[in-house]
Amino acid sequence: MKYVDEYRDAELGRALAAEIVATVEPGRHYKVMEVCGGHTHTIYKYGVDDLLPANVELVHGPGCPVCVIPMGRVDDGVAVAHEEGVIFTCFGDMMRVPGGDGTLLEAKAEGADIRMVYSPLDALRIARENPDREVVFFAVGFETTAPSTALTLMRAKAEGVRNFSVFCNHVTIVPPLRALLESPDLRLDGFIGPGHVSTVVGARPFEFIPADYGKPVVISGFEPLDLLQSVYMVLRQLADGRCEVENQYKRVVPYDGNPQALAVLAEVFELRPHFEWRGLGFISHSGLKLSEAYRDFDSELRFAVPGVRVADPKACQCGEVLKGVIKPWECKVFGTACTPERPIGTCMVSSEGACAAYYNYGRFARERVVV
Amino acid sequence: MCLAIPGRVLEIVDERNRLARVDVAGVQRNVNVGLLDAVDAGDWVLIHVGFAMSKVDEEEAQTTLGLLQRMGEAYEQELEDLKGSAIG
Ligand code: SF4
Repeated sequence: MKYVDEYRDAELGRALAAEIVATVEPGRHYKVMEVCGGHTHTIYKYGVDDLLPANVELVHGPGCPVCVIPMGRVDDGVAVAHEEGVIFTCFGDMMRVPGGDGTLLEAKAEGADIRMVYSPLDALRIARENPDREVVFFAVGFETTAPSTALTLMRAKAEGVRNFSVFCNHVTIVPPLRALLESPDLRLDGFIGPGHVSTVVGARPFEFIPADYGKPVVISGFEPLDLLQSVYMVLRQLADGRCEVENQYKRVVPYDGNPQALAVLAEVFELRPHFEWRGLGFISHSGLKLSEAYRDFDSELRFAVPGVRVADPKACQCGEVLKGVIKPWECKVFGTACTPERPIGTCMVSSEGACAAYYNYGRFARERVVV
Repeated sequence: MCLAIPGRVLEIVDERNRLARVDVAGVQRNVNVGLLDAVDAGDWVLIHVGFAMSKVDEEEAQTTLGLLQRMGEAYEQELEDLKGSAIG
């Protein structure tokens, strides 16, 4: 497949790995955080970390939209799904995310009409096809996904589809990164920036990381060679004593992002004063809700949403995993009480969650092949 | 769910609603191209939850690949040189 296969060439991978070995200082330990869960997934699927020298450690960041949804919001979704006449739609990943009161999958088994959709446009189609039902879309995702929800709402408004609403859980990427950088328990040397978020927001919003915190950022693509090259570029900056935002994923990321997407975001959403993140707590201006112009489509105004805050289960260490403080296998329930089939925490649910990536690709312990 | 895949635009099927038919590894589907300026048949786009989010820039893609390949060549050369050496 074009734009995919050529970035998976094993020979080139080994060549890049050799460059990386030549770039690092032998005695120094490097910690590079890949912000995005999609990157985490690629790294373990292709064993990218096995190609890195032992002193280059990849730390997994908070950029998995399913992982950061707090329990209380899942419970809110379940409550809405149980309302009379509601068809509740969500991405497949959300079905098994545990709330305080079970999952959407369990609610479906109990009789709620919950349907998986690939796109918010599918949810809108279901609304058109069922004019006597209330169709709710459980919107999750960073700036990557939010423009799709926004355009869907614009179309719903233009067509006058009255029985459609959005339960909005969209989040923004910069506030949690700032929170991480402010946290004292984490020492990072640089960042692999989120490629798909950046197609929308561009590379510019990440300039605060080198400017305020003195750490390099490289926006990266999602194929194994993209990631290796981005790791190399971060290490190169460190070796050269440079610190800036570089864009490895220029083939799809314009430095200033996508102006149309940013315009629809501004039209349909506004920032919430604060939003709760699983394991990270409340972060100000980190979540989106529907703007005044779209309030008629806001599920939180249309239905009685309990809005109860639920503490994470005691055994769950997703917060530490999301902050990169511990590795998945260091969580006491990893692979025993918590598995992709029966997850306790969110990081085990989505394929982009760090725990799921470790579990699915057999990373149960520390050992790794060092080349 | 945050994944995105490249596909090639075959034709615009609904100008008003900005829908285009795309080919993704042999599978043909309609996607919304409303987040992009102008889209023509033959363009490569990155698709996420049914929307084209970005056009793939062929020139930049070639530059990145070229860079990777040059690193590969340097490595091959190094390997050849190593094979040629006979340190006693
Ligand atoms: S193993 Fe389960 S509970 Fe522990 S951090 Fe991972 S997802 Fe959370």
